[in-house]
Amino acid sequence: MTISVETQTFIEENKRRYEELKAAGQQHAPKALPGPTLRGSASIMPGAVLHTETIPGGWYWSTPLKAGEALRIHLAHGPAAVSMIAWSATDASERLNYADTVKVQWTSALGKGRVLFSDMGRVMFSMVEDTTGMHDALVGGSTPASNRARYGDKVLRNTRDNFILEALKRGLDKRDIPPALTFFAPVRTDADGNFRWIEDARQTGDFVDLRAELDLVVALSNCPHPMDPAPDYAPPPVEAIRHQPPAPAADDLCRTATIEAVRGFENNAR
Amino acid sequence: MTQFFASPVRDASSALRDYFVPANAPFSCLVKKGESVRIVDLEGQQAVDTLFYKADDFTERYSSQDTLRVQGSAYVSTGTKLISSEGNVMATVIADTCGRHDTSAGACSCEANTVRFGHQVKYLHACRENFVIEVSKHGMTKRDIVPNINFFMNVPVEPTGELAIVDGISGPGDYVELRAEMDVLLVISNCPQINNPCNGFNPTPIQVLVFGAED
Repeated sequence: MTISVETQTFIEENKRRYEELKAAGQQHAPKALPGPTLRGSASIMPGAVLHTETIPGGWYWSTPLKAGEALRIHLAHGPAAVSMIAWSATDASERLNYADTVKVQWTSALGKGRVLFSDMGRVMFSMVEDTTGMHDALVGGSTPASNRARYGDKVLRNTRDNFILEALKRGLDKRDIPPALTFFAPVRTDADGNFRWIEDARQTGDFVDLRAELDLVVALSNCPHPMDPAPDYAPPPVEAIRHQPPAPAADDLCRTATIEAVRGFENNAR
Repeated sequence: MTQFFASPVRDASSALRDYFVPANAPFSCLVKKGESVRIVDLEGQQAVDTLFYKADDFTERYSSQDTLRVQGSAYVSTGTKLISSEGNVMATVIADTCGRHDTSAGACSCEANTVRFGHQVKYLHACRENFVIEVSKHGMTKRDIVPNINFFMNVPVEPTGELAIVDGISGPGDYVELRAEMDVLLVISNCPQINNPCNGFNPTPIQVLVFGAED
């Protein structure tokens, strides 16, 4: 196929812009991430706690979270997996978007120093503390079908139905449920792209701290992840602690780790 | 990786319907249960962002996460069942001459493009713009748009969790064919992305063929 002069010019122009963008990006080398938070560190000052909720195994909870507040999800009672979705408090059509989150940061391995994006190019959360770095951004939470496949025909609670309940109680519906992130679900792929589960990567005492960067409504579901190989359905309770962290400093890791995060926060400020 | 193959190929002239989708354009059509849809990358290296909605209940729609979970693999190819938000099979990939398609990275949008490439690219056409316009013809809005399949797009997911978006691997005439397992609304954004190599910096047209049910 012959390419016209106009097309060739168009391609060259796009390629030139791409090379410029790439070169500009390379001037902003990403900061090295510090690795996971040490278990037992980063305690919350008692005066900073706004609310503590114990979410029973199989159940759900939701909360408004103002920009600047943080949510700690804490495996206080044993290894669990906690699925999360979130909406902008002012416009429920803006919501957590796992695809943009992994694409923009070039990784599905979310951990301390990473941010979570909405579908509108804005940062919803900063992961300011995280003891595992092992969360699931791709596979999602449990569903009636995944529970049946794992546990047979017992009536068991699942994340999909939990999120439907969350949405309906807030005047939203199924159309408003975005794909979920699941914390403490140690999912990775092998070299062929097949998913595997790394149970050793989570334990009692693990936690993640998510600082809200916009006014949000956050919904959590405490159900076993569909890839959890444990034969029995026995999710322990988890603690969700809403708290007031210190204001971020100018060199805040999550706000400055990558040029993409910097631009996301510029979008937040516009 | 899933083995790929081209199932016995039906001649394009036997298609019930034959659509030409220009570079950058949105597209939608209904595909009935049992019918097959073939998406042809006419000139190669073109990403085709695709969504499915149940034809008589748009609240049931394609779910990338359920699809990944059910097949246990990060890549879409022959044999992949596309799963809905309600856990039902919407379509099955029955042929694929390309070998690997992405459903982890979603669509480009003007807003995400500013984050990925800089604020100066905000006013360039993007897939979500296509999706919003196209689903609006069917009474839906932005809230109905979920992460999609990117046919002919190669997004390797490494064992470390790292992602890469690499050059398109499809050549001129490569195609993917899906059999509808329920009546579905097929919605396509023929991706206008020109800021990275996924389209070879040059979005090109595609062809969509719908074949009748095989006996």
